[in-house]
Amino acid sequence: MELKRVVVTGLGALTPIGNTKDEYWDALINGKSGAAPITYFDTENFKTKFACEVKNFKVTDFIDRKESRKMDKFAQYAMVAADEAINDSGLNLDEVNKLRVGVIWGAGIGGLETFQQEVLNYAEGNGSPRFNPFFIPKMIADIAPANISIKHGFMGPNYTTVSACASSANALFDALNSIRLGYTDVVVTGGSEAAVTIAGMGGFNAMHALSTRNESPETASRPFDGNRDGFVLGEGAGALILEEYEHAKARGAKIYAEVAGGGLSSDAYHMTAPHPEGLGVVEVMKNCLENAGLKPEDVDHINTHGTSTPLGDVAELKAISKVFGGHAKNININSTKSMTGHLLGAAGAIEAIASILAIEHGIVPPTINHTTVDENIDAELNLTLNKAQKREVNVAMSNTFGFGGHNACVLFKKI
Amino acid sequence: MSDIASRVKAIIVDKLGVDENEVVAEASFTNDLGADSLDTVELIMEFEKEFDIQIPDDQAENIATVGQAISYIEAAK
Repeated sequence: MELKRVVVTGLGALTPIGNTKDEYWDALINGKSGAAPITYFDTENFKTKFACEVKNFKVTDFIDRKESRKMDKFAQYAMVAADEAINDSGLNLDEVNKLRVGVIWGAGIGGLETFQQEVLNYAEGNGSPRFNPFFIPKMIADIAPANISIKHGFMGPNYTTVSACASSANALFDALNSIRLGYTDVVVTGGSEAAVTIAGMGGFNAMHALSTRNESPETASRPFDGNRDGFVLGEGAGALILEEYEHAKARGAKIYAEVAGGGLSSDAYHMTAPHPEGLGVVEVMKNCLENAGLKPEDVDHINTHGTSTPLGDVAELKAISKVFGGHAKNININSTKSMTGHLLGAAGAIEAIASILAIEHGIVPPTINHTTVDENIDAELNLTLNKAQKREVNVAMSNTFGFGGHNACVLFKKI
Repeated sequence: MSDIASRVKAIIVDKLGVDENEVVAEASFTNDLGADSLDTVELIMEFEKEFDIQIPDDQAENIATVGQAISYIEAAK
């Protein structure tokens, strides 16, 4: 059976540095940081007092009050980004065969704030369980794609992939395969997360995973820098419309790029620590190239997982050197997490969007906040430090890795 | 309007996102005010909290309209 070709025809982004796809891109190429002191709760007793929150977002500008009340923020963000992507795609929702439109979403956690609030209410009560009837349906990670399908009547495959910070790259790969195999014509895919909460910050702080650079939040996310000290938690959503190539051509759709292939692997090593030699990461990039039918020399740009943690960044770059050999130094490598922070289950989606827009505009966004060389990093690699670089990008790779050792990688190609 | 009636109506307006004018005594939560089964459970819980009463499930099933809610709470207080 011949696989169908799959293209990207719509994008939507709600991020800590921009609330639409265009604002997001503008912030990316201008090296804007989304980090600031947390406004959602009192951080006095927290080790880390900052994060990359979504800013100036009023849900009722997009979703009516009654509906929005039944959604955790992670589901609200999903709905808003998906709507932007659907509009951007120009799909005529009255004409498209909705039986063949799927929604395959990624979320690492789901409704963490809802969970936290309901359990707190219980703890403060008299022991009688007075849980809100919307508690479970608001919290579960699969409710985001459910809400999107309910709004638009999309009756194709509908589910959420959960692989921590690789979740939305997993979703993208599943969306690609669904269309490739002929199960669907269109898939709304992407991911969302809203974990900037007491439980989220407290939990990640307990793991020593977060930067504690409280005196300078905007420079705290510094992937590949010698003084990096952990990731910065972010939140938001990214949405992509994937469409079968002939379907897109037939309706004269704007095509951003082709989804050339994807790869998956597992470290099979540790719950949270990356494999020191990046073995699973080597495998995932190799898988991805093979799946896309591309050679290492074809790749112009890699949007790394690059979270700004001491171990993870070095392991990933070692893996890149291993997979790409001498060509590694020709690649524009970056980490847009230096600007957005780490959006967990939404990271794969917003970074896929950054990679696709790099192809579209011929500009690679920078890795900001680099001031100190890390001697464990090969000085020959071009990490696109501090300033965006003009670069014809024909093929871009986006890496994501999740706690649990889940690795997912997607390749996009100019069309 | 009694104090109880106005508090009941305020809860319904808040939870169901409906216009105050629609919240009349004979209005049914599900047929007239757009509530689904979960909305109805939530409303009952809000009444319990607001008025510090317990509404057993078998009695909650009989509270289908605004007027029935007000009468039940007035009797329970």
